[in-house]
Order: sequence, then C-alpha cells, then structure tokens
Amino acid sequence: MHSNPTRPVIEFRDVYYCVDGVQVLLGLNLQVQSGETLVLLGRSGSGKTTTLKLINCLLSPTAGEVLVNGAPTAEADVIQLRRSIGWVIQEVGLFPHFTVERNIALVPTITGWPAARIRARVEELLCLVGLSPDLATRYPHQLSGGQRQRVGVARALAADPEVLLMDEPFGALDPLTRDELQREFLSLQKTLRKTVVFVTHDLREALRLGTRIALMEAGRLVTVLTPLEFLRSADPWVAAYVRVFANSLESAENRGVE
Amino acid sequence: MNVFRFMWHNHEQVLELTLEHLWLVGVSTFFAVLIGLPLGIVITRRPRLNKLILGGANIIQTIPSLALFGFLLPVPWLGQRADRLAILALTVYALLPIIRNTYTGIRGADPAVVEAGLGMGLTDSQLLLQVQLPLALSVILSGVRVALVISVGLATIAAAIGAGGLGEFIFRGLAMVDDRVILAGAIPAAILALAADFGVGWLEKRLQPR
Repeated sequence: MHSNPTRPVIEFRDVYYCVDGVQVLLGLNLQVQSGETLVLLGRSGSGKTTTLKLINCLLSPTAGEVLVNGAPTAEADVIQLRRSIGWVIQEVGLFPHFTVERNIALVPTITGWPAARIRARVEELLCLVGLSPDLATRYPHQLSGGQRQRVGVARALAADPEVLLMDEPFGALDPLTRDELQREFLSLQKTLRKTVVFVTHDLREALRLGTRIALMEAGRLVTVLTPLEFLRSADPWVAAYVRVFANSLESAENRGVE
Repeated sequence: MNVFRFMWHNHEQVLELTLEHLWLVGVSTFFAVLIGLPLGIVITRRPRLNKLILGGANIIQTIPSLALFGFLLPVPWLGQRADRLAILALTVYALLPIIRNTYTGIRGADPAVVEAGLGMGLTDSQLLLQVQLPLALSVILSGVRVALVISVGLATIAAAIGAGGLGEFIFRGLAMVDDRVILAGAIPAAILALAADFGVGWLEKRLQPR
C-alpha cells in the first residue's frame, strides 16, 4: 500500500462541494505527502470537516476529484477505502454497547482477522495509547473523556492504516488532558509515521502538531505553510490568526492567568 | 366477594377464555413484529416511503375496532373463521406503535456513533445489525409493549364476532345485566394487560444500552 515518495498520498484536484445550494468548498487544491501531519486550520464553517469527509467518502465532491494513493475515490470501493483509513472524531463515537476491546477490534473483526491476532492487537494498542489492559472489558460510559479519546485513537489505528483522519479529536477535552494527548500524539507519530490530516480551529494545536498548516477560510484554501513560516507570514489572514493568538497570551499574562 | 366466587365456580372456563385471549394477542403481536419491524427499518433507509407507511398505519389506527371486525367478516377465507379475522385485525392495529418505535429508535441513535461506524467502513447491514438495532432495542420493545397492552384490550371486542377470548364473559355479562360475569372477563383481561406491560417493561430495562 505504500506510495512512492513523489506521489502525494492524498490529493484534491479542484474540488467543489455544495449542499442545498450552499457552496462549502470552492476549488480546493491540496496535496498531502506521506508521513506528514497536515493540519487543516480554520473557523467553524470554513470547510475543514467537509474536506476531511471527502477523503473517506462520507461526502462526495460536487465537482473535481479526490485521489487517495493516486486513485480517484469516486471509483474506489468505498467500504474498503474507509477500512484502510483511520478515522477519529471529537465526539469519539465509540459504540456504547461494545466493550473497549470490541470497539478497538471493530475493523479487524469486520475484515475477518483470526481471534488470537485480534486479541494480541488490542492489547498492543491499549499499551500504545497508554491505557491499562484491564480496561479492555469496560464499557465506554465507564471511562473518562481522555480515556475514551485514547480508545478512539486505538480503534482508528487497529488495522494499521496508512492514513489517519482526525476531526478535532482533542477539542472536547480539558486543557491538561488535551496537552497530554497532544504530547502522546507527537511521540506516536515519531514511531508510526502515519499520513495524518488533522482538523482543528486551535492555532496552538496546529503549531504544535502540524508539519504543515493549511489555513482555510470560507471554503477556500488560503495558504499552506510550515509552522515556522506560518508565524512569520505576511498574509493578512495568517497574520490575523497569529495576532489573535498573541493577544490571548498577552491578555492572559496581563490578568495574571497564565 | 361474589365475583371471585363466580370465577372460582367457572374457573375452567375462565382459564380457557384467558388462554384463547392470550393466543389472539400473542399471535397477532408476533405477526405485527414480523411485519412492523422490517417496515420500520425500511423507512429509515427509504425516507420517501416514510409518509406512506406511517400514514397508512395511522389511518388503520383510526378505524373503530368494531367496524373493522365487521368490515372483514365478508372476506372469503378470513371470514370463515372468527379467530383468523380477529388476529388480522389485531395485527394491523398493533403495527403503528411497532413501526413508529422501530423508526424513531433507529433514527434516534447518536449521530456520532453512526458516523464513526460509517467512517470506519461498516456496510449498511453491519451498521444496522451491529449498531442501530442493538441501540434501538429498548425503544422498539417499548413499542411492542404498547402494542401488547392495546391488543389485550382490543381482543375483548373480538368476542363480538365470535372469536372467543375474555370478551365472551364481558358480552355475556352485558346481555345478562350481570356485573359478576362482566368482571369475570374484565379482571383477567386487566391482569393480562398489566402483566404484559410489566413483563416487557422489565425486559426493556434489562436490555437498555449503556
């Protein structure tokens, strides 16, 4: 499944998406390279989540095409495509009637792995995301928010997908837990080297996790920059983000909060 | 207590009619689930059919029961035996709560859970069988519970067309102007309704998704 280094893992070619007469995406062109963490940054309604859902065919483009590993998703077997892509969302979306173990084992189970291999994989994943194996038999409602999101990440990684899509995965967590999970994400990424598309509206998160940041505004891609370039950019939209970010730090300092 | 002495004296008949009653209710509810559950699922998949199916079940519900029993009498195969006819009428009455609760139960599943399932590559039938139906189970059961309680009450009217059941006592008592006879039918019917309500309610709680 590994793509050659010159070909992007994910590619948007002039993609438009409109629903009920509302233009959500207007001519998106974007490439995601193997092993990078591309952060989609933007306001609510800027089209970040739509972009993400176009990759695993939860939505289909109105015009243009999305390619995964060089193949247009419109022609792909949608079910197989989704099973080969990890998917983590803010609400986690764990199945409440499944134990942690069955939740994590979802994709391996439906793709018919032998039971022993599934069990070993679940144990390995729990360890990988920093959860005790004792939690395997618990139900999601018995876990804390941070634990649930860890299970969500483990579930997405279960079948060892090359691509991971994350839609504000840490958005609903308290700041300390979020910090912890961000740190773990970075160390995981160092070893796993997945191709990650990560949606957030939090610049701090984008700067911390992204290898590149794609800024979106009103359905258009404003620019794609590395975190360092982003902080120095003269682009008015980027500068606006950086200014708000700096202001929030400053005002917190002035009030003695941080 | 006169009523209970009467019931004791006629306990064989009380038992027989109660069993007949249970038969009518049980078989009709079974058929209603058999038909209503798939219909409820279908309208979550084909929203266009929603109005037609739910509307149809709604209209049936508004037909007065005695009239429905009467309408069906001349139907060839059905009209030959009163219990067939009663079972059909009870089945169609029980459809609405079962279809509606199946639909709302499935539609009511947490959208994040459904989206997560889809995003990870569950097929539609896997999503239905592994996620939506298990999560909707307690809502569907509460529809079955309503259907059962309605059926226990309606089945007493089936005696008017000679289908048997506890309604026999009630109609006989009305004709004889004898409260004891009426109550000999009404009390067991009430107990059946309560038992069905309680029993399925208990099951519903047991199977509640966490």
